[in-house]
Amino acid sequence: MLLVKSGKIADDAFLPVADDAELPGDGAVLISGARFLADAPALSHRAGKIGVIWPNNRDIDELAPWLDRLAVVALVFPSFRDGRAYSQARLLRERFCYRGELRATGQVLRDQFVFMLRAGFDAFEVKKPGDAEAFAATAKRYSVFYQPTGDGRITALHRRMQSRHSESASSE
Amino acid sequence: MTSPLQQKIKITGPSIVTANRTWDGVVIYRTASKGWSTELSDAAVVRAVDEARALLADAVADDLGAVGAYIAPVEIKETGRIKPGNLREHIRSRGVTIDLPVPA
Amino acid sequence: MYAYDEIDRTLINERVNEFRDQVKRRLAGELTEDEFKSLRLMNGVYLQLHAYMFRVAIPYGTLSSEQMRRLAHVARRYDRGYGHFTTRQNIQFNWIKLAELPDALADLAEVGIHAMQTSGNCTRNITSDQWAGVAPGEVEDPRIWAELLRQYSTLHPEFSFLPRKFKFAITASEHDRAAIKVHDIGLRLHKNAAGETGFEVLVGGGLGRTPFIGKTIKAFLPGRDILSYVEAILRVYNQYGRRDNIYKARIKILVHELGIEKFAAEVEDEWLKMRDSALALDEADVEDIRSRFTYPAYERLPPMPDELKKAAHDPAFEAWRRNSVAPHKVPGYAIVTLSLKPVGGPPGDATADQMDAVADLADKYSFGEIRVGHEQNLALPHVARRDLPALWEALHGIGLATPNVNLVSDIIACPGLDYCSLANARSIPIAQELTRRFANHDTANLIGRLHINISGCINACGHHHVGHIGILGVEKNDEEFYQITIGGRADEHATVGTLIGPAVPYGAVADVVEDIVEAYLALRARPDELFIDTVKRLGVEPFRERVYATR
Repeated sequence: MLLVKSGKIADDAFLPVADDAELPGDGAVLISGARFLADAPALSHRAGKIGVIWPNNRDIDELAPWLDRLAVVALVFPSFRDGRAYSQARLLRERFCYRGELRATGQVLRDQFVFMLRAGFDAFEVKKPGDAEAFAATAKRYSVFYQPTGDGRITALHRRMQSRHSESASSE
Repeated sequence: MTSPLQQKIKITGPSIVTANRTWDGVVIYRTASKGWSTELSDAAVVRAVDEARALLADAVADDLGAVGAYIAPVEIKETGRIKPGNLREHIRSRGVTIDLPVPA
Repeated sequence: MYAYDEIDRTLINERVNEFRDQVKRRLAGELTEDEFKSLRLMNGVYLQLHAYMFRVAIPYGTLSSEQMRRLAHVARRYDRGYGHFTTRQNIQFNWIKLAELPDALADLAEVGIHAMQTSGNCTRNITSDQWAGVAPGEVEDPRIWAELLRQYSTLHPEFSFLPRKFKFAITASEHDRAAIKVHDIGLRLHKNAAGETGFEVLVGGGLGRTPFIGKTIKAFLPGRDILSYVEAILRVYNQYGRRDNIYKARIKILVHELGIEKFAAEVEDEWLKMRDSALALDEADVEDIRSRFTYPAYERLPPMPDELKKAAHDPAFEAWRRNSVAPHKVPGYAIVTLSLKPVGGPPGDATADQMDAVADLADKYSFGEIRVGHEQNLALPHVARRDLPALWEALHGIGLATPNVNLVSDIIACPGLDYCSLANARSIPIAQELTRRFANHDTANLIGRLHINISGCINACGHHHVGHIGILGVEKNDEEFYQITIGGRADEHATVGTLIGPAVPYGAVADVVEDIVEAYLALRARPDELFIDTVKRLGVEPFRERVYATR
């Protein structure tokens, strides 16, 4: 499993810690949502960054009050066919304005990279080395996007409107 | 003919393993020599659940060569000839039961 | 019809290239079938009994003649010379090779045709009335909204891995030819009391194992809000639809389990948070799409031209005209239905030669435009009435003028066990036999409007639940048996049919249908009381008695 960030394979600064294991005093850690919420005020002030792994069958609203304390939110694709984390990701970015690292975990495969990027993910725990290596090229597969998400990419509709306005401007 | 895609492994008589060839979708049958043939007559025949399970597992492991492998019933004639064991397999081995709109 | 611009074509080409790469990796062993299956489904590629099946999208059932010719080319070059038009206004090819699919897709992309999302757990083809844009009394052309929704839902990053498939249908006429009440989302464009145009939104309709008629979730939604409202519905479904059991994963189950009020509240709660987001449509957005729908430069023509007067003496022509020609909103024009249900033929199929011929006829007589209906017939939507006799001669010559539209032999059928790996029983031979039994056009006209729908399994691709007579293939002791229902409707009075009795064997189905028809003829109150109304008036019992008296 390789971590891809900013389009490249990167080291993972976060240590995943099981629910029943003790947390180190400092250093960046990744813990389950249940563990975090059980002690959120204390945990969100610990020395060292904190990241949360949030299950895909629990409302992301519950995590909302703590987002500005979290360095990483990791969402889960138990199977690549289970698309619930796409909704969670968009809500995190677009409704709750989460700005930290948004990580895709679980069965993360090449052919979902573009969907994930558009939904707001910026870090990926990629299963296959070949997929990780192909990340940058895969991210460029599409230049046209019909619908708006929070990713800032211009939609087809707006591109057309823009070219119309520039046409009419230049014909004046 | 309940679709085999919804079946547990159940052997009621002589059976074979069949699938579709990955690159072109053509109907294929698992042979005794761990390969595939487009001819039903080349199919390995099993008669017990364990044998069938093993044959199927082998077939499924060939993910590159074949898709959708499953166990299908056959009839063995006195001559030893293998015949499809139900209408579905008959259709798969002989083709549609209707005239194609454009004659082959 | 809508003209794809460079932006639309770029997207299609990018999708083709992506799929080409996916096929390459699959055939090189870099993708397992488990990883690949969803990807190929999202590009319309099924595995069937004999081969792969390739389902190509015909967005809201509208095709140009150039596109029809390219479909004929694909049928010849990559398949066995014919295609099948489906109950969702798409076309299917039954013998395609996976390795050749990227090339077939590239050929189609050149004329703006694609296969995006014609299968898989994503949003599917947005279907509409095959008379959209030309039907008299239509509020406005629903295809403009269908195109807006098509773009909105294509490669949507949030909704490409839903619990299950998701189907939209949209109508703008009082008489619903798009079966919106049996879709996951049904949209009815209409004017409210204040004269504003907007949508009634229905949700949770669907057939299959557990048929449901859609429930109204919003009585009136302005056009401005359609995309954000749909997004709210999809988001609630994506998050809460069941993923543990594929037979309970459609939105209709979620709506049923929550109840429509609770479901509507969840959607409203989500929607209110984003109704003014980037998805809100202003006039300019809608106008941009509307402006790229071109309409013919209709001439000012007389309603009763000489050509038509002269041809009226020909009984064969008249029989066809009375059956297959419908009024057009522009005087002097007509909508012509091309029956793909010849006596003895598989319903909904067309050969490559027929497709080419239809393309030529469309160029000559219909401003280059063709429609595909969910009843598996074609239509030419812009025919000048003076051209009807010449058109009929040509159609007759290629076998597309059977005057049986909406009659007993205009059967809707899924491919069934001859093709489909999900099927329990065959459907096409049943349909063929029924067309032979009812081949006499006078008899068929005597019987009047009667929709027979045949499905080879409970997945109901033949829409048997909503047939006036529904026939469902089931398995019993390794033999083909069929359950018969009557009284279903797919239109604005949508209702699920009622079983008349125990399943009957393959050889008895045509006899049973004849018995049902005979019972109707004996029981109807007047010659013009339709079959469906007689069933409504009398219930199922008299028909059950007649059919099972000797069985």
